[in-house]
Amino acid sequence: MIPKQSFGWKKERVIQWMLALSALLAVATTFTIIGVLGTETAVFFKHVSFWSFITGTRWEPLLDPKSFGILPLLGGTLLIVIGSGLIAVPVGLITAIYLSEYASEHFRGVVKPALEILAGIPTVVYGYFALTFVTPLLRNVLPSMQVFNALSAAIVVGIMILPMVVSLCDDALKAVPAALRQGGYALGATTFEVSQGVVVPSALSGIMASFVLALSRAFGETMAVTLAAGATPNLTWNPLESIQTMTAYIVQVSLGDTPAGGIEYQTIFAVGAVLFVVTLGMNVIAHQVMRRFREEYE
Amino acid sequence: MNNSQWKNPGDRRARKERLFKGCAIGLTTFSLVILVVLVGHVVVAGFSYLSLDFLTSFPSRFAHKAGIKSALAGSFWLMGLVFLISVPLGIASAIYLEEYNRKGKLSRFIEINIANLAGVPSIVYGIIGLAVFVRFFHLQRSLLAGALTMSLLILPVIIIAAREAIRAVPKNIRLGAYALGATRWQTVIHHVLPAAAPGILTGVILAMSRALGETAPLIMIGALTYVAFVPAGPMDPFTALPIQIFNWASRPQAEFHEVAAAGIIVLLIFLLVLNSAAVWLRHRASKKIRW
Repeated sequence: MIPKQSFGWKKERVIQWMLALSALLAVATTFTIIGVLGTETAVFFKHVSFWSFITGTRWEPLLDPKSFGILPLLGGTLLIVIGSGLIAVPVGLITAIYLSEYASEHFRGVVKPALEILAGIPTVVYGYFALTFVTPLLRNVLPSMQVFNALSAAIVVGIMILPMVVSLCDDALKAVPAALRQGGYALGATTFEVSQGVVVPSALSGIMASFVLALSRAFGETMAVTLAAGATPNLTWNPLESIQTMTAYIVQVSLGDTPAGGIEYQTIFAVGAVLFVVTLGMNVIAHQVMRRFREEYE
Repeated sequence: MNNSQWKNPGDRRARKERLFKGCAIGLTTFSLVILVVLVGHVVVAGFSYLSLDFLTSFPSRFAHKAGIKSALAGSFWLMGLVFLISVPLGIASAIYLEEYNRKGKLSRFIEINIANLAGVPSIVYGIIGLAVFVRFFHLQRSLLAGALTMSLLILPVIIIAAREAIRAVPKNIRLGAYALGATRWQTVIHHVLPAAAPGILTGVILAMSRALGETAPLIMIGALTYVAFVPAGPMDPFTALPIQIFNWASRPQAEFHEVAAAGIIVLLIFLLVLNSAAVWLRHRASKKIRW
């Protein structure tokens, strides 16, 4: 035991405080995000009514008269989220089922690293891929498709979030105890029947949470949609058209050397706030689902 | 074929099983195919532009003269600064949460914060970097502003990885140190950290490779797309590899797309080296240490 007055004891206290301060940086970051987005968005709403912001169907911050309806940007973002989900959710879940229920260790050893590499590829590369590979390929089949379009972007975002779905679903499936499977097999069920009747239902909370987390990634994805989906705030359900997502709008404004203080500069905070609130909400829901509905197997 | 009068009920189920298995193999292979196609497409498009000149030239408005010298220099500067800022802070946070205040209410609160921060889109960090570092602290569009923004972005990744590595160190090691009269800090710095080092380093490398490829936050804080000089200090303006790639890819001319592909090849090689190092470390650590 070190005497409380000694140098060593003081040093211990100082170190503990410094460590605590570093840990508190995470909290400070959260409050900074909320504070900055909150105050700047409040300034924005002094000029633009909240109601016209969330219900307006025209996003024309550069035209005169200016119009700040976020629905076109939100619609563009949702188009990407839905499209990428349509790819990543089924493919991801089935891949995870195959990896956890069917595949040999050897096959897993090939697919898992490949997925890790896919997950590690920067998003700007996916954007390049969409623009120079997926779009030309699809335009052979769909000549009416525009050069910048929601479909290509949605496809590459789907590929981008696929590894996340697979890895989280795989974890969830792996957590189901072997005894449950063996019960199914003992009754003469096939592997498919065991998977869809026993394993997937048991792991459902983890699977759902993985979908929500992956879709929140798609919601906030920036570079791929900026490069491939275009810069046309366009309220449409046609994925062959050029659209603009919220993230792509923010990039567009910041590329155009916007002076601080103007209403145009404030829009990035308002749009950023929407982005932050939605993704945070999705993350909180996913973590709640995982915690509350997790079946306890002991 | 027709010698059986009744259908075996197992037939339908067996067929379903085969059908699902076939589909599942197909879809699982899909991700492998995508990876091969993606890398193949980039290499085919960019290979002809790849040369020593490409690495040692500044960007140019002529595709065949364009190079990534300033982008490479910017990325190296950025990585160095991010490393210096985020690694000490990340490890210190992990030590506090794991060794000092494991079950406390404060820790629980910090934990929730970190988990949520990890899900915040990178462009939001860019917005914060723009408002706080670039404008409020007047760092302008400097390397330092970029590095601070990027550090905030990867801190949750480092903290989560470091915590896992520290948690994996068996309790006996700590008890042994305490039994010999070591203080908590002495225990941590002489026993827990060395044992957790390979795991922490793996996490750090993966976080750095994330920072190397991140584009959106740097665009937000205003990294320039045309930089014809090598930054000399942390207060200089800069460009970085992914920014340069984005700039080339967003131009309409096809030849600049090929230059972008050449840039992507360089970026992917760096990422491959970083990731291989992480895999190698993890492998070595799992072999060497037996508790």
